[in-house]
Amino acid sequence: MHYQFDFGALLPYWQSFLSGALTTIEITVFSVIIGLGIGIACAIARRSQVAVLRAVVGVYIEAVRNTPFIVQIFFIFFGLSSVGIRMPIIAASVFAMVINVGAYTAEIVRAGMDSIHPSQIEAAQALGLSKFQIYRDIIMLPAIERVYPSLSSQFILMMLATSICSQISAEELTGVANNIQSNTFRSLETYFVVALLYIAITYLMRAAFFGLGLIAFPRRRRLGLGV
Amino acid sequence: MSVAVKLTNVVKRFGELEVLKGVSFEINSGEVVALIGQSGSGKSTALRCINQLETIQGGSIEVCGHRVEDPKLDVRALRRDIGMVFQSYNLFPHMTVAQNIMLALRRVKGMRKDEAYEVAKPVLAKVGLSEKIDSYPEQLSGGQQQRVAIARSLAMQPKVMLFDEVTSALDPKLTGEVLRVMEDLARGGMTMIVVTHEMGFAKRAANRVIYMHTGKVWETGGADILSNPQTPELKEFMAEEL
Ligand SMILES: Nc1ncnc2c1ncn2[C@@H]1O[C@H](COP(=O)(O)OP(=O)(O)OP(=O)(O)O)[C@@H](O)[C@H]1O
Ligand SMILES: [Mg+2]
Repeated sequence: MHYQFDFGALLPYWQSFLSGALTTIEITVFSVIIGLGIGIACAIARRSQVAVLRAVVGVYIEAVRNTPFIVQIFFIFFGLSSVGIRMPIIAASVFAMVINVGAYTAEIVRAGMDSIHPSQIEAAQALGLSKFQIYRDIIMLPAIERVYPSLSSQFILMMLATSICSQISAEELTGVANNIQSNTFRSLETYFVVALLYIAITYLMRAAFFGLGLIAFPRRRRLGLGV
Repeated sequence: MSVAVKLTNVVKRFGELEVLKGVSFEINSGEVVALIGQSGSGKSTALRCINQLETIQGGSIEVCGHRVEDPKLDVRALRRDIGMVFQSYNLFPHMTVAQNIMLALRRVKGMRKDEAYEVAKPVLAKVGLSEKIDSYPEQLSGGQQQRVAIARSLAMQPKVMLFDEVTSALDPKLTGEVLRVMEDLARGGMTMIVVTHEMGFAKRAANRVIYMHTGKVWETGGADILSNPQTPELKEFMAEEL
């Protein structure tokens, strides 16, 4: 086995790699932000008094968590287009990711909310806070603080899962790599570079979550608990 | 002297279980009342009905002009007039002492941050914890946490304060420091209902004692009923407490 590495063959494509990486980051950022919002809303709905609401949200979460992401994205891109709902590739990618992130986030956030002791809520009620204020100030922030590590690793997993969007020809990092290797026949080098870029994005995200954690949870910073 | 809290034939059930079986008592403004009784006699439940943490099934409760059982009651307005301190302190762990005290001032009374801070400072001084203003609850002892919890309620300038076994989780030394704060309050004219097993405190600070037994007010009177109980049940209870 003597393989001649030739990374030079990839040099002309450096801009494509970069734009692929940026697309990956873009899809991730949008779907994490929107997905987090949906996840929090669903977590609250899961604890609501209204049984119908709980059931509807429960079905959504179960459906997403028990099917592969690739099926979800095919369903949204190909499935919906066959009934006339057509979306641009990137929009479909973000849409599928949002649906997915929302469901997983809902379960994680709900676990965090369930860990808030009812006596905390009673103390806030006794002080005269409104239901909304209690959710925001007493439940949500500490709940998210508690599940922050699970939440951030879930988001990183989803960033890696954006590679599946290449299956509907999204020009994210993996999609770009597929094109490059079929032009250059340098698959080993191409996917090696791509792997490094994914690792770089992962570390970028970890740093971002660490920084956000420091801002959002001053107690952990002050007491030196780490985030 | 005006009536601050008035319970009339209050009935509270949890499902089949009737916990309050027609409880009536009145508390005047400025009065300090010790509410005593065996575990399970309904003391906490009675307190929790007063600020509507529990809803009642019968009778009526009047607190500073609010009708608690009225379906049109403004619950938040009721709770603005009542402070409550719990056995487990229930400070908000993600907030500093200052933030714990300022939260309701800002959210409920709509104060600006700096206004709320100016209110928080003297109240914290009153419970002797000025130097802890920027600490987090987990950096404080149980007694200190409970004093912050008292300060948090006091800052709202309630008309009535409810205390539910606030020293039960504390060792004797820390119990002493919390009781001193409460006795100060009592001397300052605060209307207080204090559920307690601290008979010493009841004798020193209470104007009146209410003994509850099996969901009813069994015996009431001045602090002297503690040394001179009329009913056999209170006699037995006092014997157990000593
Ligand atoms: N949320 C609830 N659901 C069902 N039963 C309850 C509930 N809260 C209290 N009870 C019951 O009501 C009765 C009175 O309880 P309560 O807490 O008022 O007693 P207490 O006098 O405060 O006792 P302790 O001295 O132990 O605190 C008990 O039998 C208790 O089991
Ligand atoms: Mg109790």
